[in-house]
Order: sequence, then structure tokens, then C-alpha cells
Amino acid sequence: MESVFPLLEPLLPRVQKPIQYVGGELNSTVKDWDAVTVRWALMYPDAYEVGLPNQGVMILYELLNERPDALAERTYAVWPDLEALLREHGIPQFTVDGHRPVGAFDVLGVSFATELGYTNMLTALDLAGIPLSAADRGPQHPLVIAGGHAAFNPEPIAEFIDAAVLGDGEEAAGEITSLIAEWKDAGSPGGREEILYRLARSGGVYVPRFYDVDYLPDGRIQRVVPNRTGVPHRVHKRTVMDLDGWPYPKQPLVPLAESVHERMSVEIFRGCTRGCRFCQAGMITRPVRERSITGIGEMVQRGLDSTGFEEVGLLSLSSADHSEIADITRGLADRYEGTNTSLSLPSTRVDAFNVDLANELSRNGRRSGLTFAPEGGSERLRRVINKMVSREDLIRTVSTAYASGWRQVKLYFMCGLPTETDEDVLEIASMAHEVIRAGREAAGTRDVRCTVSIGAFVPKPHTPFQWAAQAAPDVVDARLRKLRDAIQAERSLGRAIGFRYHDGQPSLVEGLLSRGDRRVAAVIRRVWADGGRFDGWSEHFSYSRWMDAAAAVGVDVGWYTTRERGENEVLPWDHLDSGLDKEWLWADWQDALSEEEQDDCRWTPCFDCGVCPGMGTEIQVGPTGQTLLPMPTVRPALASNG
Amino acid sequence: MARQPEGPPPPPVAQRVRMRYAKRGRLRFTSHRDFTRAFERALRRAGVPMAYSAGFTPHPKISYVGSVAPTGVASEAEYLEVGLASVLDVDRLRAALDVSLPDGLDLLECVEVRPGSDALADRIDASAWRIELPGVAAADLAAALDSFLAAERVEVERLTKAGRKQLDARAAVVGASASAAPGQDDCAILELVVRQVTPAVRPDDVLAALRAVAGLVPAVPPRATRLAQGRLDGGGRLTDPLAPDRAADIPATEAAGGPRPEGQAVPSVGSTPSG
Repeated sequence: MESVFPLLEPLLPRVQKPIQYVGGELNSTVKDWDAVTVRWALMYPDAYEVGLPNQGVMILYELLNERPDALAERTYAVWPDLEALLREHGIPQFTVDGHRPVGAFDVLGVSFATELGYTNMLTALDLAGIPLSAADRGPQHPLVIAGGHAAFNPEPIAEFIDAAVLGDGEEAAGEITSLIAEWKDAGSPGGREEILYRLARSGGVYVPRFYDVDYLPDGRIQRVVPNRTGVPHRVHKRTVMDLDGWPYPKQPLVPLAESVHERMSVEIFRGCTRGCRFCQAGMITRPVRERSITGIGEMVQRGLDSTGFEEVGLLSLSSADHSEIADITRGLADRYEGTNTSLSLPSTRVDAFNVDLANELSRNGRRSGLTFAPEGGSERLRRVINKMVSREDLIRTVSTAYASGWRQVKLYFMCGLPTETDEDVLEIASMAHEVIRAGREAAGTRDVRCTVSIGAFVPKPHTPFQWAAQAAPDVVDARLRKLRDAIQAERSLGRAIGFRYHDGQPSLVEGLLSRGDRRVAAVIRRVWADGGRFDGWSEHFSYSRWMDAAAAVGVDVGWYTTRERGENEVLPWDHLDSGLDKEWLWADWQDALSEEEQDDCRWTPCFDCGVCPGMGTEIQVGPTGQTLLPMPTVRPALASNG
Repeated sequence: MARQPEGPPPPPVAQRVRMRYAKRGRLRFTSHRDFTRAFERALRRAGVPMAYSAGFTPHPKISYVGSVAPTGVASEAEYLEVGLASVLDVDRLRAALDVSLPDGLDLLECVEVRPGSDALADRIDASAWRIELPGVAAADLAAALDSFLAAERVEVERLTKAGRKQLDARAAVVGASASAAPGQDDCAILELVVRQVTPAVRPDDVLAALRAVAGLVPAVPPRATRLAQGRLDGGGRLTDPLAPDRAADIPATEAAGGPRPEGQAVPSVGSTPSG
């Protein structure tokens, strides 16, 4: 397959940051096109600088390229300047590895971390010469397969994709590859329809065209049923067990261009059972599966050797919860002492243990900012969302942080949570004031700062809040204004408090796309046709474009967003099985409304959310009792010359 | 009292090494910031014992010398100097670093700096460029060049982040010649020797000047490569800035047979097209 690079190259001096389009990253791979059967183009539908560090894409890229029968290349959303030039010169959407046309691949896998990437997928399809509607595609077109968290409700893009995979992709990508290879080796019998049918029949791949949606006269869904025999009524999410058996990425990509995460990441566990009711990631990735302390140590060492990064991020949904996190942080800090390698632990737990971990990781580094996420402004609201932190806990924790030399504390909150009132949100102001007062006392200096960062809550599928009414943007914006005024009302304290917020309008669009059904596709298509691109970027997002498009195609945005759903309503994603029992989710929603908390099943008996028995999985946590051994970190080849 | 880093201060510089590197092919689109990150990672991958600055955010001792080739412009002659915490064999260092850099960012030469050596920056005040102009006939380029060289000043406009900036593209040009690419009638080659001044005059500025004085507008974006940096000698030629260090270091380089750039033959002012 010919590279389009000779055509692209003369255009590159005319675009911003051309380096993002040339490929050639450390640890990237270009395999022989003709030596394999199944060719994947993997897309992260956002700018290169955001997409490149994405762990999901990196893992699948490496796994697929390890297979002798497959290759994988990457493609990202091109900025509007290059899009215009590609159209002008008739150059298709290309991969950055081999600069091959995306339309020539067998599969286009698109990873959606957020719904705001939908319009970017349409741009890529269009530039690739792939019909936007799956129904219009022929045998020459790639299968378009969606993955990532947004794929747990792919209904708004059902028209544009051929298939979706729910959950962990490691095994699923391999199985899909094998099915396609077998089908191609047999001469592609039955064409596109047949391979999609084979994928659907396998049980782990959702093929929207094989399901019909019927609606009630009032617009609600009556039912979703398969329209072909052999296709499962519900499609199950995929779960990888034993993370130590999947130490990917082994050779993380190192971009030349600057990206949003300039570090190497190691996923230390997957899943979370803290049970925060707003958190889709925590609900759909259960159960918790830990990587062992020794497995983590090996990945860190191998990754640093192959990348040269100077920072390692220990990733998960709540990294301080790893059963051996204290040994891991101490072991790694010891091992890399004196090598100018820094370690980071994204954790927002509001407790002293978290401060201890942060102190350990920064034992010889600067202590700039620590982040805590109480999420809800009042204790009442924190019971509703199941994020139990008392005000005393928070003040004690931040005092500990300031006393150990941290000068800046960031507090994350959400606005527009179910049952929220103005008073709940205004409590954030008095809490922030108290944080500064306590911080000045603990640090013995007035030089302490606190930043309140707050965004609008979006109800998500497969969570207890999937039935909730989303707060309207004007309600959210009005509360945020009142909060800002309340913070500034105490002048001497207010000056030490930064206030960052995201307004409610983009969140309403995210809400429409999150809980939408197949009828929302018309809005996405219209917005895209009207020039919608990069909707996750405030400078490109246009609220009026979305609202105008919805009105033009007759979609009532309020019905999808600010309307509370009833217990018996068929939800657009009910036929997609995240493992969570709908009855349990409903009970947890009722518990939320009556302000009752739910424990974490890692430390208390199972509360029957349904995931483990339904998916045949189990909690996998330590401690293993192992420790990290010190390792040589300087290569002997050069060091021996010293 | 603010926290201070614990432990001993970082080790002092045990050896200084000067390096010449190239930016080639598609990686010519690497910006200088991109290169600095890639180079620091290559140092870590190769396990080079770097000397670091003190403080909470220690930086490896690396200084970039001379001017930096603009993003999109290839180069065979970029220079930097590093401080190492222990003494290494410079040829093995070069090989290890070259392997650790992505293809297209190539480490061409490492030489040890002897105590008392003068600063590398003092050995660089001009650049030699080679610009390919596909679709342009050599005679057309030669004619445009004549008009350009005949002018005393040629004001051009450059778009910067701060807005539009006017600069003179003529005065800094001390040598220029036009020729045809060997075997290619429809591709002219422009070779330039340009003094490094402030504001810098880049290949793009000279091309803009050719457009201004003679209406020369290539249909395809020209491709520029920096061939050399150095000090202008009396004959309008560039001296190799690493030559004095290499001379002081003969035993080591002889043993290893390290690479040495040929002296750059550069055109003098007003020379005529050769092809």
C-alpha cells in the first residue's frame, strides 16, 4: 500500500505543528503491508497531542503488531488547517506510521474516552472516503469499530459504526482479528454482512444493525430486539483478568511533539469499587484487578529503559487504593533515588495516608500542589454521591499537607448533582475559607493557596445516576456565580483562593450524547455538516451549533438531558451488559436519594452489584507480600567507562 | 523556612563534550523544543551519566550553541555542549546516543573539550544553506539572485507570534550562488552563506526577498538544509567550529577513526550560476 507522505510533505510547512503528522516516534512500528492478513487503523479521535499518550490505543497497537497475521497503525484527528489542505489536494485521512490511507485498512478502531469526539470521527471517515452511514459501506471499506468508555452506550453513533466492543480490548482485539483472518482466508464469503454476523454471534461484539429499536408513542423506547437469529439479546462487556499477564505497553510510544502527558504511565490496577455514584468509569470497569508490586516494578524499569522518560505515572482510578501502594511508592522512590526520575500518583483521596504517599514520592522534589476531590460541597450531598468525606477529615488532611511543605491545594467539586441546592454548593466557599485559615496556621505562613475547581455533572449510562435529571446550564451557571461571589466575600481569605470552573453548556451537549439513543445521530451529523469539529476544545465548541442542529432535526435536547427517567423505562443501553444489575443500580439510586452510603466490596462483604457472577470475574487484590529489589539503573556499557 | 533538597549536592562536571547533530528527512519538522526533549530522553536511554544543576528541579547540563535551524528546515550542522558527571570515551558516547535518538535525528560527532578551550559560541557567526527549489529553472533563479545581490537592502515581512515584523534580508547574506540540481533541469539549487545576526535572516526570508525583487514564486515549497555553521574566514569560507577541539584530542579520534566533516566549500558574494 502506497504511502501518501510524498503528497502530504509539501503541505506540512503550511500547517501548525507539522511534527504531529510525520510519525517516526520512538517505539513505533511499520510492518510489511503484504505480509499480514488483518490490518487495523487505530484512531483516537482528538488531536495528536491528546491521543498519542492514550494507554488504550498504545496497548492495542503493540498487541496487534506482535501478531504475525496482523498490523496496526495509528491515526488522529487532523486540525482544521490540515483538513482544508487535505480536501483541496485530494489527500485521504492517513496513518502516522506508514502514511497509508485509512480507507485501505480492514478495520478502523476508534477509541472514545469521551462523547465529544464523535464529530471528529465523522471528519476522519469523510476524509478517508468511507461513507458516514454504515449501511452505505461496501466490501472495500474498513469495518468501523468503536471502543472506550463511551462505547457502553454507542447508540447515538450506531448509524456510523459497524460494531462496538464494551470493556477491556486486549483479548477482544485478538479475537476479532482471528475471526476476520479466518473469513478473509476463506475468500471473504458473504461479504461485509457475514463477517459482522460472525462477530456479533461471538457474543463480545455489538453490531447495531442486527438490533431493531421500537419506540412508544411518547418517544420512549419500547424495546430493543435482535433481528437475526444467533445474535445475543444482550452483548456483554469484556474483562481481562490477571493484569500481570498483560504487561502492556511494554514499549511505550515516545512522541517528538509535545503531548498532554509527558511521562510514562503504568496502570497499577483496573477497576474501582469505591462506588461513587456519579462515576461511570468506576461502575463499568469492575471488579478491581491489581497488578502485583513486582509486575509494576518490571513495567516501570522496562518502560524507562525503552523510553527515557523522566517521570513515571502510576495510573488507576484511585491509585492510593492499591493494597501495596506504600511498599510500591517507597520501593520505587528508593530504586530511582539520585537518578532524577520522578514518580507521580494521580490520587485525589481525602486522607492523611494520601499525603504520606505524596510526601514519599516528592521526598527530594518540589512540593507544589496536592489535589483532593471531595466532589460534593456539603456532607449531605457527599452522602448522596457516596463520596464520604467529613468536613473535619478534609481540614485535617489539608492541614497535614500544608504542614509537610505543600503550598497549594486543589479541591475538585461537581455542580448540578442530583438533589443539589444552592446551599450545598455555597458550602464550598466556607470550606475553602477554612482550608486557608487552617493552612496558614499549619504552615506558619500566609503563603498558602487553594484552588477550587468545579465542573458540571453529567449523568452517565450504567451508573445509579443514569435515571437522574441533568441540571440545566443556567442553573449550574447561576450557582457557580453565587459560589464565586461567596468565595470572594471574605476578602483576605478569598485572595488566596483560585476559582476555576467549566460552564454548563458543553456539559449539556455531553449529556445529550451520553444518554442519547439512535435518534441523536441526526444531530451529530448535522453539527458535523455545519462545521462542528474538536467539540472537546472550548475554542472550537459551539453550543448554538448543537442547539440549532437539534432543533433543525426535531430532537428535544431537554427530553434527553434534564428529564428524570422512571424505573421501568427502557434505557437505550439496556441491551448492553456492563454486568451491573439494573435492579441493583435502581436500589443504589434510591439509596442516593435517601442519603444512604454504600461500602467498598474490597473491604466489606459483597453487596451484589451483579458484576462478578454475571461476568465470571472476581476481585484480584494483594497484598502479595513481595518487595521491590534495588536494581542497577545505569547501563553498564557507558558507565564502565567512568 | 522553605524546604531544601536533602542529600549532597549534584556531582560536578567531570567532562565536557561538544556534539554536532543532524535533523533529516521528515524529522526536519522537529522544532527546537521537540529536539531538546528527544535529546534528554536519548541521554537517559543511553545511560549517559549527566551532570545536573542543583535545586528541586535539576536540569541536565546541556547548552545549545549557534543558531537553531527553524522548524521544517533540515540541518547537517547543529551544535550543543553537554557536561558529564564522569569521563566517557566520546566515540562510544556518540554511537550510544545515535542509537537512542529516533532515525532522522542523527548524532554525527562528539569531541571532548580540553580545559582552557575557548567557547564554542565564539567559533560560530555564520551559516551555509542549500535550498532546493523544485519547478524553478536555474537561469530564473540566477536572474532573481542578481537583482537581490544588486540591492543594498531588501525589506521582507515575517509573520511572528507577536505579529508582522519587517527585516532586511540582504545585508546578512555574504555569499550566494544558483545552480541546477545535477540531472534535474527543473530544480534549481540556491546556496547561501548568511551571517548570524539579530533578527536572524533565515532561508525563508531570502526566498521572500527573491519574490519581492524578482517575483520568483516557486510552485512547490522549497526544501532548505543547513550544511554548516562556523566562523567566516577572510575568503568567505566557514571554518569548522569543532576543529580546535579535535586537534587537541588527536590520540582519541585517531584510535577510533571518528567522523570528520569535510571543510565546507562555500560560494563567495556575486558568484554566477554554474549550471
